[in-house]
Amino acid sequence: MTKETQWPLWEVFLQKKFGVPFEHAGNVHAPDKEMALQNARDVYSRRNEATCIWVVPSEAIASSSPEDAGSFFDPANDKIYRHPNFYKTPGASFE
Amino acid sequence: MNQQELEKKFQDRIDKGEIIEPKDWMPEQYRKQLIRMMSQHAHSEVVGMLPEGNWITRAPSLRRKAVLLAKVQDEGGHGLYIYSGAETLDISREEMVGEFLSGKAKYSSIFNYPTLSWADMGAIGWLVDGAAIVNQTALAKCSYGPYARAMVRICKEENFHHKQGYEILATLMKGTKEQREMAQDSVSRFWWPSLMMFGPHDKDSPHSSDLLRWKVKLFSNDTLRQRFIDRTIPQAENIGIEIPDPALKWNEETRHYEHGEIDWNEFKNVISGRGICNKERMKARRKAHEDGAWVREAAEAYAQKKVSKAVAV
Repeated sequence: MTKETQWPLWEVFLQKKFGVPFEHAGNVHAPDKEMALQNARDVYSRRNEATCIWVVPSEAIASSSPEDAGSFFDPANDKIYRHPNFYKTPGASFE
Repeated sequence: MNQQELEKKFQDRIDKGEIIEPKDWMPEQYRKQLIRMMSQHAHSEVVGMLPEGNWITRAPSLRRKAVLLAKVQDEGGHGLYIYSGAETLDISREEMVGEFLSGKAKYSSIFNYPTLSWADMGAIGWLVDGAAIVNQTALAKCSYGPYARAMVRICKEENFHHKQGYEILATLMKGTKEQREMAQDSVSRFWWPSLMMFGPHDKDSPHSSDLLRWKVKLFSNDTLRQRFIDRTIPQAENIGIEIPDPALKWNEETRHYEHGEIDWNEFKNVISGRGICNKERMKARRKAHEDGAWVREAAEAYAQKKVSKAVAV
């Protein structure tokens, strides 16, 4: 009797064209990274959706928790001086 | 928070149109209903490869053959997108595939009808994928993020499926008398089963009220069925195909087509395993799984060999 397994899970990230950031597309099951890349190509880029693919073992990804999003991202909430429109400049344009 | 408060907060989020993500709190029934719907949907995509796979070797031209191959490959991909989405609900791929192969899980009854002629590749693309697009476009706005995102991706690809099917029928309808009869026969066989794809009438649909309240479904079965009919009839008229429903007529007041009664006994029979191809489909699916066992084993052995080599170095 063979062991019934669908192999480990890999998260798939696609780069749509050269120079732009990679975006999460979904995941695939595969026994190793080579097959994960091939499966990712067959599942997520049958119509030239990608110029490059990353696969990462799902268990290697750490995630912040949506329930704690409020307190987790809180440090950025009161720092509007990080945006240029916080500053009042006398008529000078830098563009 | 107690259970009641959690459920109220959940419903408030749904009512505000928020999207539920895998790690968010959700009622157990919401999770269970989604697993049921998504796994059935994924199994349907996978079984859907069989009736069309049947015609790949007999496609009438190289162009049609390449198209059909691409379409069948898409169906496999669609199954995988939805399995991926369902896995975020704490059910493993092994468990879903296991329930499918054991016959415990259901799939869409439409795939238990045989594909008897080449024209069936046209009717399936036009009617079956047409109905699927109406369903899936609605699901693309459902409350569960991973399901909605899988649907967006699928809908984009489904349009090609729909169009190539309509093109097959349109071409046959411009052909010889035999070809026109073949197209008509196919549509006559697939029309009613396509209407059944939307499920029972609203008053007889057991899961509908919860699913609507949770915005897993955004429209009722009858609403979506009506949308499909209204959209499809003008396309039938365009190519001179007749819809096998003598009661079908346009209602000027409601601006909708009225249709005859659906044979729900047939629907129940096919769903309960007494359709024409139920046994054949499950047999083919199990055989494919068993025949692929050596590939899975070999790939795994190779992966392990590489791991142990890397350790040795």
